[in-house]
Amino acid sequence: MTAPSRTRPDQLEPAPDFSRFSWRALRQYYRGEFAASVAVNVAYRGSVGIWVVTSVIQPIVMIVVWRTVAGPTGMVGGYTAGRFVTYFAIMMLVNHLTFIWLMWEFEWRVREGTFSPLLLRPIHPIHKDISDNVAYKMIGLIGILPAMVILIVAFRGDLSGMDPLQLVASVPALVGGAVLRFMIEWVLALSAFWLTKTTALNNFYMSVQTFLSGGFAPLTVFPPLIAAIANWSPFPWTQAFVANIAMGRTTGASILYGYGVQAVWVAAAFGLLRLVWSRAVRRYSAVGA
Amino acid sequence: MSGAAVQVEQLQKTYVVPERDAGIKAAMMSLVRRRTRSVAAVREISFAVEAGEVVGFLGPNGAGKTTTLKMLAGLLHPTSGRAEVLGYTPWRRDRDYLGRMALIMGQRSQLQWDIPVVDSYRLNKAVFQIGDADFAARLGELTDLLELGELLRKPARNLSLGERMKCEFAGSLLHRPQVLFLDEPTIGLDVAMQRRIRSFVAEYNRRTGAVVMLTSHYMADVEALCKRVIVIHHGTLLFDGPLTELVRTVAPDKTITVELSEPNTASRAELATLLGGRVAEAPIEETDTGWRVKVPAADTPAVAARLLTGLPVTDVTIEDEPIEAVIEKVFAVPAHDEAHGRASDEAEVRR
Repeated sequence: MTAPSRTRPDQLEPAPDFSRFSWRALRQYYRGEFAASVAVNVAYRGSVGIWVVTSVIQPIVMIVVWRTVAGPTGMVGGYTAGRFVTYFAIMMLVNHLTFIWLMWEFEWRVREGTFSPLLLRPIHPIHKDISDNVAYKMIGLIGILPAMVILIVAFRGDLSGMDPLQLVASVPALVGGAVLRFMIEWVLALSAFWLTKTTALNNFYMSVQTFLSGGFAPLTVFPPLIAAIANWSPFPWTQAFVANIAMGRTTGASILYGYGVQAVWVAAAFGLLRLVWSRAVRRYSAVGA
Repeated sequence: MSGAAVQVEQLQKTYVVPERDAGIKAAMMSLVRRRTRSVAAVREISFAVEAGEVVGFLGPNGAGKTTTLKMLAGLLHPTSGRAEVLGYTPWRRDRDYLGRMALIMGQRSQLQWDIPVVDSYRLNKAVFQIGDADFAARLGELTDLLELGELLRKPARNLSLGERMKCEFAGSLLHRPQVLFLDEPTIGLDVAMQRRIRSFVAEYNRRTGAVVMLTSHYMADVEALCKRVIVIHHGTLLFDGPLTELVRTVAPDKTITVELSEPNTASRAELATLLGGRVAEAPIEETDTGWRVKVPAADTPAVAARLLTGLPVTDVTIEDEPIEAVIEKVFAVPAHDEAHGRASDEAEVRR
């Protein structure tokens, strides 16, 4: 156990300057954290596979229901049976790329004190969650992308109106939606610092979120009042907006308007996140850390 | 504040905890009338630790040791008081401070559970911005010192408790923290592993000059590592000074054990006479082979001499009271609450 001294106290290397923000350091951190996140997801590939399969079930149910409602030649809210298929298949992909599961994990983190190690690191814990999230999404895509294609082919989806430019325009919307949803759900996850049991709140949120984001039906199917309420909420801008651009239903200036709405919501969510985070860390003390 | 590495002034932490009586009725009542109680975990403690010191933080369960360490590590905000570690206020959670400090908790893992240990270390390399050359050198050194070898390739979940603890230490020291807070680092480990961890901590302190603050229920840890101890009980600081002084203050007696060639040569009364004076009041205990007597440290040479000349002694041992017994005496102090009735710092709050 003893070895000749190699470093005398006066030879202790100076620690890096953590107080100065450095893109290079952040990039290196993300590379390291991402590698670890991928390794964890690969270690639990069976679990990831089951989650992916679960993600496909809801779109199948929605497709079957709305195809039946529309009938072979009919139309509901501007959607034919084939358009419903395409909508829900794309929504499945968008949902996969935007959802986070941390609301459930935070309850455990706070109860078991597993949040403490993350607070001891000289980097904000949100970066680890972003990295984990992106790693999971990338691995999950291996299942979700083929599943989307299979849904469209098997249920005879209608791809008319889709063109490369619209698809390109949907990418920034997808990124904006993912950022916005991540922030909203991370703030929601922080409620675990105040509520020791958050499952009921999470389930309530998920129901409202799925409904208003267009997960149960396209917003044009809703009565005008409900659609208006949805559009004043941040939720459709995280999912339905993206699907509508990809399908060619939202075009031109409406896309730019949507980007703007996303930016406003992201700014608001960022402010809220900072506010709640600073209080949550203080609150963690009371829970006992 | 002064130039000490750790400076603590009047630090206090009070938790508000919900409270209710047992039974369904009380549970239903708590829905409309919630009762809480303020519990002072740490009460206005002050101390300073100089660079390079290894300090043992002693106290029974619930004494406030871990709460204090967590405040110093920046995990908890105090209710009042001040603290500076390396010139930083810990709970401001300055990244510069977090990059120079480590808190190792024996009962909580900081390793990534599902991936090989070395991958966790690579992650720490990225988190703490450790250069490639430094990382390789430090990992090599820690691997040697802690004999990590094959463990590096195993996921943390497959390690035994002792193996995991060794890996925790290595992972937490890769960034060469200048302050090391150890909360029960040897808990649950076998004797050999405890010794290994102890000598490793001593070696790290010697090599780097880092401040080490340690809590442990194993007095062997404290005896081996800490010249200085801080005793905290019911959140109050009871003692701060050298371990030897604590022993002298709390247990000023030494135990003299004599083995006799013929065990029943002297009766208890004769022995008391032989000891003479106030020493005669000392507790005397008969053993299978002779007598054991507790005497004040100052009287030990005289009493030993009398025993040696007055009895057919074949062997004699003179010992301090075991450190565990010393600490037990310290912890026997009644709680503030018990001593002063219902605590003045507790308040019933309705919500």
